[in-house]
Amino acid sequence: MSDTFFTGAPHWTWFIIPYFFVGGLAGGAYFLAAALDWFGRPEDRPVVRTGYDVAAVGAILSGLLLTIDLGRPLRFWHMLFQSENFPAIMFKGWSPISFGAWAILLFGLFSVLSALGARAEEGRLQMPALRAVGGVVRGGVAKVVSGVGGLLGLFIAGYTGILLSVTNRPVWADSPWLGALFVASGASTGAAALILLAPARGASERTLAWLSSFDARALVVELLVLAAFIASLGSLNRVWVSFWGLLLLVGVVGFGILAPLRMHAKPAQAAKLVLLGGFLLRLATMLASEGIDRYRVAAGL
Amino acid sequence: MPEPMGFFTDTTVCIGCKACEVACKEWNQLPAENGGIGELSGDSYDNTRKLDGIHWRHVRFIEQFKGPYDGRWLMMSDVCKHCVQAGCLEVCPTGAIIRTEFDTVVIQSDVCNGCRACIAACPFGVIDVNPVSGTAQKCTLCYDRLKVGLEPACSKACPTDSIQFGSIVELRTRAHKRVDQLKAQGVKAELYGADPEGALGGLNSFYLLVDEPEVYGLPRKPELPSSRLAKSATFSVASAAVLGVLALVGLRKRRMDEQSRGGGGGGSSNV
Repeated sequence: MSDTFFTGAPHWTWFIIPYFFVGGLAGGAYFLAAALDWFGRPEDRPVVRTGYDVAAVGAILSGLLLTIDLGRPLRFWHMLFQSENFPAIMFKGWSPISFGAWAILLFGLFSVLSALGARAEEGRLQMPALRAVGGVVRGGVAKVVSGVGGLLGLFIAGYTGILLSVTNRPVWADSPWLGALFVASGASTGAAALILLAPARGASERTLAWLSSFDARALVVELLVLAAFIASLGSLNRVWVSFWGLLLLVGVVGFGILAPLRMHAKPAQAAKLVLLGGFLLRLATMLASEGIDRYRVAAGL
Repeated sequence: MPEPMGFFTDTTVCIGCKACEVACKEWNQLPAENGGIGELSGDSYDNTRKLDGIHWRHVRFIEQFKGPYDGRWLMMSDVCKHCVQAGCLEVCPTGAIIRTEFDTVVIQSDVCNGCRACIAACPFGVIDVNPVSGTAQKCTLCYDRLKVGLEPACSKACPTDSIQFGSIVELRTRAHKRVDQLKAQGVKAELYGADPEGALGGLNSFYLLVDEPEVYGLPRKPELPSSRLAKSATFSVASAAVLGVLALVGLRKRRMDEQSRGGGGGGSSNV
């Protein structure tokens, strides 16, 4: 029996699972928007602007979900500053939850700046203060912001998996692949969100075709990393002899990866399935470990 | 500077009276579970079942019966191990978990914000949330009592001295003597967590066991969560790099396709 079975569940459930999904999606969307911002064409701008909006809303929602999940929500700032020594910084580079808190704050800042810049570009900002900020995020400044924000986006998508691995809990700590898996899932769900939302902002067919093509590649990476994740669990795979295993196989692999890969002609429907698969991936990997005490005997563990 | 202090728990003399559980609850004013309406486990005299935010001591009842006349009860008063290298302290993002001058590990309830990272990081399943405070809690090794020269409530209450409190160096010497004594009597006895060169740099609450650690609900090789950081981060960066290359290669291919079709699609880059 793995030593991880002697530990206690942290009760990371109904706020953290949506956060892992939304954070991954927001990070992936920002990364793709930044890639198009840097290396795309003028016709890609609607997707770029949509990506920054998705990231900004996702980052704010992520912060709210994380705060609500705390046992003492009003003390959320204790993760950023030393509560007894304010304003001294609280940061542990070896603790994923510590550097993750700072990464979310910075990602939120960069995504909001990019979103404001993009809205200023369209002339959609009414408030003078916001228009002034948006006006600064143009040209070279916008490029620097999107470059750093794009890297932060990939980080946000993946650190949640690292956070799970850097514990002592069953399944999570028994594989080093969760971070890589969540990065791939963040990229695929980010692309799927843009495929669904960007047409309303005037996205071109060619940009949407590139997104679909990237999404398919990201799904293949996700499938390969998922296979590596399963292989790394070894005998612990008996944990999947449960509802969560069924969800992983049918919901994530079947509906979330293989079905969208076969649906080239219907990118919007494929994108919806990718989003469903991305959420179910978080659900299955989180709850397979969280609730393991309820079914470990039945699974022979 | 005080010397490192801790517990040596000799499980062979534990009688399962739970005086330690009661003393801990009383001294630390820990609330009753479920409003005091106790729920029986139904399969053991152990109704506490596990350590958590309101049970900082737990007497394990391990029932080993092969037949009506062939069996034994193992009993062990479990508690936070006050690891020399503590996983909870390592991951705590608020700095709420500290190492005291007695080399013990304490959660400051007024700093903790209830993120629960320490619960998942602890290799022993010691920590959980106290529903009254909304923060993570566990044994403090009676830090308040130690500060005024008193011994912890649990060891003070233990009627058989199964739980012994003292300086770690002295406790280790005593524990080794006890193991030798038991082995001379033909009892299979081993120390768990007493080796400063062993897992987690040794445990400041260590045990004398007469069966495998797993039987007592203890991991054979407890690890720090950070031991997994480098590998997990490397794989994540590799995955991100692959996806970045795929995105850029896709954009390059699109541009080359457009150029081969006659330069459609506008300039080489956006404004």
